[in-house]
Amino acid sequence: MRIRSIATMGSVAVITFVLIQSPARAQSALPLAATTIPSTQLIQPEELKTMLNSTRGVQPLILQVGSRIMFDQAHIPNSEYAGPGSREDGLSLLRNRVKTLAKSRFIVLYCGCCPWNRCPNVGGAYKTLNDLGFTNVKVLYIADNFGNDWVSKGYPVAH
Amino acid sequence: MLRWGFTFLLLTLVPQAGAQTSGTQSLVGRRAPEFVRRDLTGHNLDLARLHGKVVLLNFWATWCTPCQVEMPMFAHWQKQYGPQQLAVIGISMDDDSEPVRRMIHAQRIDYPVAMGDATLGQRYGGVLGLPLTLLIDRNGIVRAKFQGETDPDKIEASLRSLLATH
Repeated sequence: MRIRSIATMGSVAVITFVLIQSPARAQSALPLAATTIPSTQLIQPEELKTMLNSTRGVQPLILQVGSRIMFDQAHIPNSEYAGPGSREDGLSLLRNRVKTLAKSRFIVLYCGCCPWNRCPNVGGAYKTLNDLGFTNVKVLYIADNFGNDWVSKGYPVAH
Repeated sequence: MLRWGFTFLLLTLVPQAGAQTSGTQSLVGRRAPEFVRRDLTGHNLDLARLHGKVVLLNFWATWCTPCQVEMPMFAHWQKQYGPQQLAVIGISMDDDSEPVRRMIHAQRIDYPVAMGDATLGQRYGGVLGLPLTLLIDRNGIVRAKFQGETDPDKIEASLRSLLATH
């Protein structure tokens, strides 16, 4: 019972921290939930793996919009680190990466830091590309985390 | 015959390849990879020097909401079970230390917290999902792993069981 109340107090503290930790963030939107991404724009891990193994069709530009440490440990081959989508500096890096691309370029975003409904990064990154006018953006649906839903399945990984 | 032999070899190798990529899972029952880090207060954090204690090693990050819910609980356990030789250690997998410092101050976390990196993550089999909590026994062997949002009662039950063992 006491542990539960500590956990509840922790939740309140987390919300308070998120609200006060960054004045810049408080003025803009909080990290957008992954659940704000339309389901039609999601791509499943198996589908992307198959696409990567295929010699047919256009290969997407794959951008990791999560943590640099996670990316350095393991990432999808040929993907690029594009900064965390929950932070303004991360979104700035993302905008910079795509500024010369055609708006029709096929782009896949992914993170995998946390369970899907807890991911703070993909929602903001998707909205940013959408607002910039990109019309062919998919987001990799990682239900649990990149370790369990990609690496442990034996899908291709680069370090 | 040769074809059957090759097929058998493939069938036996594929599950092993899968097991190798399961990362931190394979740590359970093995010695915890040792590390020395400087914590955010400037003190040395040497895992090897904690032999004899039960260690709760928690990988977390400021952007991981479930991690932040757990931390006050771990701080409480450090106080409650410290006399039974529990040592709680936090390893932040944030890219920068500044938000980490702010958070541990805001949450009044008083157990040692150090910054992690990709090298340390890989030594632990790839820390590719947070939170990740490992319970290490008094002999330095990893005895339990909890990844993602976990019922705190489950972690505490394992912890108490390890603390009861001398």
